[in-house]
Amino acid sequence: MSEHIKGLVEAILFSHSQPLSSQKLKQLLSENIGIAVSSQQIKLAINQLVNDYDGRGVNLISVANGYRFQTANRFKDELTSLHQEKSTKISPAMMETLATIAYKQPITRSEIEEIRGVALSSYIIKTLSERQWIKVIGHREVPGRPAIYGTTKIFLSYFGLQSLKQLPEVMPISHSTVEVEDINIKETEA
Amino acid sequence: MEQQDLPLAIVRGENYTEKPNDLYIPEDALEIHLDAFEGPLDLLLYLIKKQKFDIADLPIAPISIQYFRYIEQLEQQDIDLSSDYLVMAATLAHIKSRLLLPKPAIEEDEEDPRAELVRRLQEYQRIKHASEVMESLPREERDFFVSAVINEHVEPRAFEEVSLNELVVAFQKILKKQAAFEHHHIQREAIATHDKIEYLLLILTNENKPMPLNELFNVEEGRQGAVVTFLAVLELLKLQKINCLEYNGILEVSLI
Repeated sequence: MSEHIKGLVEAILFSHSQPLSSQKLKQLLSENIGIAVSSQQIKLAINQLVNDYDGRGVNLISVANGYRFQTANRFKDELTSLHQEKSTKISPAMMETLATIAYKQPITRSEIEEIRGVALSSYIIKTLSERQWIKVIGHREVPGRPAIYGTTKIFLSYFGLQSLKQLPEVMPISHSTVEVEDINIKETEA
Repeated sequence: MEQQDLPLAIVRGENYTEKPNDLYIPEDALEIHLDAFEGPLDLLLYLIKKQKFDIADLPIAPISIQYFRYIEQLEQQDIDLSSDYLVMAATLAHIKSRLLLPKPAIEEDEEDPRAELVRRLQEYQRIKHASEVMESLPREERDFFVSAVINEHVEPRAFEEVSLNELVVAFQKILKKQAAFEHHHIQREAIATHDKIEYLLLILTNENKPMPLNELFNVEEGRQGAVVTFLAVLELLKLQKINCLEYNGILEVSLI
């Protein structure tokens, strides 16, 4: 039975377009497929799979919004030459903006401009929003009610991170950043 | 007596007689590319680093001179400078002028005029560093690829949920596209509000008694006429030229 569940978990993760959390996997198995499994069984299956794939060309990795299969980092050069047209460069201006939001969130547009010392082009905010790396998480209750931005789980997953706490420690992350993450988690749970 | 070597450079009061081993002067050291900088803070950081100044103890005069020189150079090359660079030039000049002013003895605890700029430079330096570190993080589509399964032969059954925002954006695109095909029509205002006001005043003066509100409206003028008449009534009420009172369930309008 447990081998069956393990294989099923592997197949679901492989064929799913988005990362899946263990809770989501449990839900899919019990509600959509009709196999009653415990969280313990799911976690065991995932742990075994992670171990099985360790050292292979494809690994099972845990990121912010769940588990997913991804290629091993050591093949990046070979794969990049295959996927050349797909690889997207992030301009320094965009990366700086993204870093400012990641480390200083929740943050308004004018606060980003203040930190970087330049006007923020709408193109950057638009692109970052379209890639779903950032989103409006509220409005500051000051005149004009400016939108406040935060990063998303999709952003974390793109950089292979599980949480904001895993961001490189180059400066203290703002006090409220961790709270923002909590808000995001609650949103997805709801 | 052995003659002492002339110092090659003086850095913060100390004499240096030998070139640092890692000194590297590129050929185009004076040439500057605006594209290389993310803004005035970035340019300032570059100048500070180049001169081996200490950010915390920022020497405003030399750094301002350099900054202005670069700005001039860029303008000579007909480069359209963004206003952010000019704002920073003004900030530097402002700090310099405040430093030159004799300090009143009483206000001893006045903040160093440079403090705000130093704080911003340090903050920006950290963000710049963070963005460089983030750039080096392994990331999707560059360092690794995720399994991307496309079920080519299966008709999609489950649709992604659409947020209200996405619907609005889609609709805005449709409107925008449609607008591109429209001709611009300039239409005469068929019934002018100020004409209506005159008309209302005229009939109310002629009647010389309260009139039911609905009698002021001319059905033949259609929807637009009704709207303009109502606007005219509101305007007259605001100007306190007329009064509107309810009498036996009928709204009656009279001149004041």
